[in-house]
Amino acid sequence: MIQLESVSKAYKTSTRPALDDVTVDVDKGEFVFLIGPSGSGKSTFLRLLLREEVPSKGRVSVSNFDVAKMPRRKVPRLRQTIGCVFQDFRLLNNKTVSENVAFALEVIGKPKHTITKVVPEVLELVGLDGKADRMPHELSGGEQQRVAMARAFVNRPLVLLADEPTGNLDPDTSQDIMLLLERINRTGTTVLMATHDHSIVDSMRRRVVELDHGKVIRDDRRGVYGVGR
Amino acid sequence: MRASFVFSEVVTGLRRNVTMTIAMILTTAISLGMFGGGLLLVRTIDKMQASYLDDVEVTVYLTQDISANDQNCTAEPCSSIRTSLENNQAVESVVFEDRDEAYERFQRIFEGQPELVELARPESLPASLHVKLFDPERSEVIVQEFSNQPGVANVDDQNKFLDRFFDLLNSGRDGTFIVAAIAALAAVLLIANTIQVSAYTRRTEVGIMRLVGATRWYTQLPFLLEAVVAGVIGAVLGVAGLVGVKYIALDQIFEATGGAIPNIEIIDILFPVAPVLLGVSILISAITGYVTLRAYVRT
Repeated sequence: MIQLESVSKAYKTSTRPALDDVTVDVDKGEFVFLIGPSGSGKSTFLRLLLREEVPSKGRVSVSNFDVAKMPRRKVPRLRQTIGCVFQDFRLLNNKTVSENVAFALEVIGKPKHTITKVVPEVLELVGLDGKADRMPHELSGGEQQRVAMARAFVNRPLVLLADEPTGNLDPDTSQDIMLLLERINRTGTTVLMATHDHSIVDSMRRRVVELDHGKVIRDDRRGVYGVGR
Repeated sequence: MRASFVFSEVVTGLRRNVTMTIAMILTTAISLGMFGGGLLLVRTIDKMQASYLDDVEVTVYLTQDISANDQNCTAEPCSSIRTSLENNQAVESVVFEDRDEAYERFQRIFEGQPELVELARPESLPASLHVKLFDPERSEVIVQEFSNQPGVANVDDQNKFLDRFFDLLNSGRDGTFIVAAIAALAAVLLIANTIQVSAYTRRTEVGIMRLVGATRWYTQLPFLLEAVVAGVIGAVLGVAGLVGVKYIALDQIFEATGGAIPNIEIIDILFPVAPVLLGVSILISAITGYVTLRAYVRT
C-alpha cells in the first residue's frame, strides 16, 4: 500500500537531510506507529506521502500512485485516497460539525444526495450522532478530533495519516481516539500514525517504525516505544 | 463541479471583504467608464469627420481687380485659373461666386448682426472660386499650386481649420484613454490585492480543500470568480455612469453647439461600447486573478 524505496529528502535551508535513504513497506490494512524525536523526519515522511514534498532521491508510492513522478494535475486523485488528521484538528470554525464533514465531499464534487446520506453515517461511526449541528467551539477537544476524523474518513480513504492526533488531548480522551483509529483500521484502512505518546504505543502493540536524524533505526512488527533501541 | 458550492464561496468571499470589494468595483467602474467615454469620443470624431469632410472645400479668392471687372469669370486670368482647376484630377467641381453673390451670402450668414451687414459693401468682398475635391484631405496640393498664381489673392483651405479642431478632439480622446489606463492599473492592483487578502483569510479552507483532494479549479475558481463578479458589476456601473453623464450633461452641451457636435445616442452606448467594456472587464479581471493566484497562492 505504501512503499518508500531508498528515499532521501534534503531541504535547501538545511545541510543535513530530513530523510536519509529510508526504505519502508506498509501493507494494506496495517496499523503503523511512526515514532522518533522532534526533527527526526516524521513530518517529512507524511508530507512525502501526500505529495506536499517531492523526494530528492528514491521512489515513493501510495496505492498505485508513483507519488514523486506523478504530474501535478493528478495529485488531487492521490489525496482523495488519503485521509489526514492533525494535532490541531484544523476544523472550520464558521461551519457546523456536519458542514465540516460535508465540506470534504463538496470540494471534490460529490453529489448532494451522497453527502446527505454518508455524513450522518460517519458521524455515527465516530460517536457524534446528535451533535451534527454544533459549532466546533461548543465541543471538547476530543470531540473536535472526532469531527476531524469523520472528515478524514468520510470519503473512505485507503490510507489514514495521523500526525500526533492525541498531542492536544488528555490520556483518557487519547484512549478513545485510539479506539476510534482501531475501528477505522478494522474497516481495511491502512493507518499510519506519527506520535510521541509512549503509553499509547506501548498499549497497542502494533508495528513501530522509529526514525532518528532521518534514518530508520528500528522497524518492529509488534513494538513498544522505548525498548529495542 | 457543484455550481452552488462555488457560488456560495464567491458570495462569502465578497461579503467578508466588503470594503475592498467596493473599492475594487468602484475603481473598475471609473476606469471602464473613462475607457467607454474615450470610445464614444472616437465614434463622435468619426461621425463628425465624415459629415464635415463632405462639405469641406477650398476657396480661391480672386484679386480686387478681377472681382471688380470680371463678372462671369470669362476673361483672363480668371478663366484660365478656372479651367486649370476644372482639369485638375483631384477636383470634383468648381463654382464661381461673384461679388454680389458673396454679398448675399454674407448677409445670410450675418443675419443676426445687422450692424455688420450695414457696414459691409459688395465692393469690399472678393469674388471667389469654390473648389470641391474628391478627397478633401488632399487640399494641400491645390493650395500650393494656386496660391501664387496671378489673379489669386489668397487660397483658403477649410480643411486646415478642421484639422486644428479635430486635433483638439483627438487630444481629448487621448487624454481620456490615458486617465482610463491609469485607473485601470489601479483597478488591476486592487483586484490582485483583494484576491491575495481573500486567499489569506481563507487559507484554512484552502488548506483543507487541497488535503482532501480538491482540484485546482475547485480551490481557485471561487477567487477567480470573485474578481470576475466584481469586474462585471464594475462594467455595469461604468455603462450606467456613461448613460447618466449623457442625460445629465452631454445632451445639453452638444445641443448648445447647435448640432456642430453630433449627439451621442443611447444605442451608441449600449452597442458596441457596453459589450466591449463588459468583455474587457471580464478578460482583465480573470487574467489578473489567474496571474495573482499563480504567483502568490501555492497550489
